[in-house]
Amino acid sequence: MDPLEIARWQFGITTVYHFIMVPLTLGLGPIVALMQTQWVRTGDEKWLRMTKFWGKLYLINFIMGVATGLVQEFQFGMAWSEYSRFVGDVFGAPLAMEGLLAFFFESVFLGLWIFGWDRLGKKLHLATLWIAVAGSVVSAFFIIVANSWMQHPVGVELIDGRPVMTDIWAVLTNNTALSAYSHTITGAIAVGAGFVVGISWYQLWQRRRDGIDTVDATGRVVVGENLSIPGRDRKDHAVWIKSIRIGAVIAVLGFGALSITGDLQAKLMFEQQPLKMAAAEAACHDGTSFSVLSIGPLGGQNCDDVVGIIEIPGLLSFLAHGDFDTEIKGVNTLIPEYQALYGTNLPDDPLYGERAGQEIEYLPLMEVTYWGFRLMIGFGALAAGFALLTLWIVRKGTVPRSKFLMGTALLSIAAPFGANIAGWVFTEMGRQPFVVAPNPNPSGVDGVFMFTAAAVSPGVSGEEMIFSLASLALVYGFLLVFEIKLLVKYVRGGVASAMPELAHPDGEGHDGTGSDPDDPNKPDKRDDVLAFAY
Amino acid sequence: MELLPTIWFIAIAALWIGYLLLEGFDLGVGMLLLFSTRKDRERRLMLNAIGPVWDGNEVWLITAGAATFAAFPFWYASLFSALYIPLTIVLVSLIFRAVAIEYRGKGSTDKWRMWWDRALGLGSLGSAFGIGAALALTTTGLPIDANGDRVGGAFAWFTPYAVLGGLAVVGFSLVHASVFLGLKTDGDVRVRARNFVVRWSPVALLPIVAWVLVIQFQNGTLITWALVVVAVIAVVFGWISARAGREGWAFVGIAAFLVAGASSIFAAVYPVVLPSTLDPAFNLTISNAASGEYTLSVMSIVTAFGLPLVFVYQGWTYWVFRNRLSEHHIPEAHLVKPAVAPASSASASASSAS
Ligand code: HDD
Ligand code: HEM
Ligand code: HEM
Repeated sequence: MDPLEIARWQFGITTVYHFIMVPLTLGLGPIVALMQTQWVRTGDEKWLRMTKFWGKLYLINFIMGVATGLVQEFQFGMAWSEYSRFVGDVFGAPLAMEGLLAFFFESVFLGLWIFGWDRLGKKLHLATLWIAVAGSVVSAFFIIVANSWMQHPVGVELIDGRPVMTDIWAVLTNNTALSAYSHTITGAIAVGAGFVVGISWYQLWQRRRDGIDTVDATGRVVVGENLSIPGRDRKDHAVWIKSIRIGAVIAVLGFGALSITGDLQAKLMFEQQPLKMAAAEAACHDGTSFSVLSIGPLGGQNCDDVVGIIEIPGLLSFLAHGDFDTEIKGVNTLIPEYQALYGTNLPDDPLYGERAGQEIEYLPLMEVTYWGFRLMIGFGALAAGFALLTLWIVRKGTVPRSKFLMGTALLSIAAPFGANIAGWVFTEMGRQPFVVAPNPNPSGVDGVFMFTAAAVSPGVSGEEMIFSLASLALVYGFLLVFEIKLLVKYVRGGVASAMPELAHPDGEGHDGTGSDPDDPNKPDKRDDVLAFAY
Repeated sequence: MELLPTIWFIAIAALWIGYLLLEGFDLGVGMLLLFSTRKDRERRLMLNAIGPVWDGNEVWLITAGAATFAAFPFWYASLFSALYIPLTIVLVSLIFRAVAIEYRGKGSTDKWRMWWDRALGLGSLGSAFGIGAALALTTTGLPIDANGDRVGGAFAWFTPYAVLGGLAVVGFSLVHASVFLGLKTDGDVRVRARNFVVRWSPVALLPIVAWVLVIQFQNGTLITWALVVVAVIAVVFGWISARAGREGWAFVGIAAFLVAGASSIFAAVYPVVLPSTLDPAFNLTISNAASGEYTLSVMSIVTAFGLPLVFVYQGWTYWVFRNRLSEHHIPEAHLVKPAVAPASSASASASSAS
């Protein structure tokens, strides 16, 4: 069993999994905070309901992000000890700053928010949420700084073969980090907005299905209520129609911002990691056209077998440079350049284990980079298109009764997640065979790079890694089932699932069995009962 | 000349001690759920006593890990890779614990709660034991070679010291959680917690005392022995206070015991951060494991600004939630049902209860 392969699978699986929860947290957090802000400003109860409902889903998801983030933090030392030794001087700093300047804020203030209802002043309570959300947004910055340093090492000097940090400011303002950060945050916003759209659609659809809302001859909504269903009153309609509009607008704007920031990313990548972008284009020869669809054995080592079917002349050039006639270097030109700079074979060093002296495969897996890039854009466009459609459909105040459209709406929640995953797989696998990518251009620090083959822990056996990979995969799979189950359950309950007072307006026992009047421990109205309790 | 690495050694020791001090009672409450009461209201009371604070407490662990990475990458790399299996178990335990706290109250059946309670209890136990073992081993040593890599196979770390350290943190957490519950709750839970301290702390604290003494007999100096004396006075004071029903002082005593005891350990091993049991020449020390001066300076500035801030707002959280909780503060469980008309709710709620 090859520890390197297992460690890679483990890192890929755990990071991508973490990054299912993270963008939802990052994207939904500000939306909930905005809703609560509106509530504090206007006092309109619909905003309170929105805050509570979306806040509940936010928390169910949040905890999974916390739990899986721990694995990320430990994993560098456990499975990638050589990597940690090599980069520790520069890479650890952003991680420690993330803990000290972001995670503490996030966790402490979220605890205050959860338990602070009715205990803190309204404005102070709102502030705790904003601080927690800011903590998440700042934490994302630091981790992207760390990751971007691996794509584009700056702010260091090589001393005894190890990068030693000389300029923290250069590390924090790495152009790769700034562009990746803006792209990742906008990607997260797309996820949060898509989530809100899909679920609101489902709620509006349920109101239609249950005959609560109807439409008049012009298709305009006639809002009704059914008091035998907890929470399905008139206000409830306002909650969902407002949510869906907010979500759809943010989703459309988010996608616009994604294209702009993504374009920025692409321009940097052409400059910093030309081979990654050439592989993303399956572009063998120098040229200017962008391939919309190519066929042929992308995985084959000879990229001349790949045939472009639809190509747009000049577009590639535009992506890379902003004009239409600059030649972009293809794979066949780049590989000899890399070989000249970084060698044709891995060094004969015991660090490389049985890989020592092997020929270096500079071309990342082309089917991954090629399709990763297209899936990211495709999924994003799908989600944005659906959001636009939604805006148009709900202009008259509700959604159609079509079960198919409702299903599509729920499915469309997945598209931005898919785009995020595809984007990361593209970024990270496109960096191979390097874990710290060299930058054959003037802006990176010359000679700072590391092959993935040298990064894995030399003392850890394949069996140990199998053990951790299997345990984590099992636990992750298991917990994903429970997370989705809970989300579904709370979604199906509507606002009342997050607001017991809607389900039991008379203050009767919440478990619906009616409480025992002789129970000495029965909560007493006069007491300060926790508004939120585990 | 080793000023910055020394400062960082102290900072990391402080982060670990802060972690044990704060998260000790969270982990202990989790473990107590395994055996201390069967009544759901009481369990929820115990859980809500740590509810607002446990996540912030856990960040001490994250920051301790990340700060070790930043300040002593060689220590981080060698320790974490050498302890691959136990740390995997710690991770899985921490995951279950965190998710269980959040999810146990969100299901509606007894079975759901029972299983998440078990996950919470065992997760807390596994985390406490594994972290204790890791901390003990970084003070007593691991078989690492010249490159800092473990030799001797996946279980080379499994020594009596690992077990001792594991038991030390488990035992301490149980006692610490009990003094905490005595301070934060009312009713039966409070009484039971106090009795637990009086009755069991002399046993439960033995392993941590043993760990302290082992280190002192190996490397003790006058100063570290003085710290041991302080720790002993503190723990006796804590125990007497608990017996006298002075919960506040009992908490202070146990907390001071931990701070003094753990400081005596870190002070005694300084400047070695991870001894090699193969050859002292392979020891990782604050000089050969540390990052460069520039990195340490940057980190010092960030910490000088960030850590006091953490003290302030985390302290404020404890102030906001300073009231004692008792059972009547705990609302009845809210049963989540699909928002459909009651006619069909019977079958729908049956499926959502699973
Ligand atoms: C909803 C998610 C989403 C959507 C719709 C897009 N992206 Fe993206 N993309 C990401 C989410 C993402 C990401 C997951 O957040 C990545 C992975 C690493 C990163 O920095 O962002 C990413 C990486 C990434 C990279 C790789 C950078 C690198 O290798 O470091 C490029 C070149 C682009 N994107 C470009 C685009 C373009 C031109 C888009 C056109 C609309 C686009 N992305 C849509
Ligand atoms: C600071 C942060 C990060 C570091 C140090 C890091 C490092 C690594 C390493 C060492 C690998 C294994 C080498 C490889 O096979 O590619 C890897 C792979 C990968 N990482 Fe990252 N990564 C970071 C952030 C992320 C993030 C945030 C994501 C996305 C959510 C991500 C997604 C992936 C993926 C998809 C792979 C591919 C796995 C594979 O090749 O089998 N990484 N990364
Ligand atoms: C491999 C790289 C990563 C590491 C080492 C890492 C580490 C962690 C850790 C330790 C936590 C738990 C914090 C807590 O207890 O509050 C966490 C949660 C979080 N991480 Fe990651 N993370 C990685 C990738 C990312 C990326 C790429 C982002 C954002 C772009 C991100 C954003 C967050 C956020 C917002 C949270 C808070 C919990 C949540 O929101 O779900 N992380 N991460």
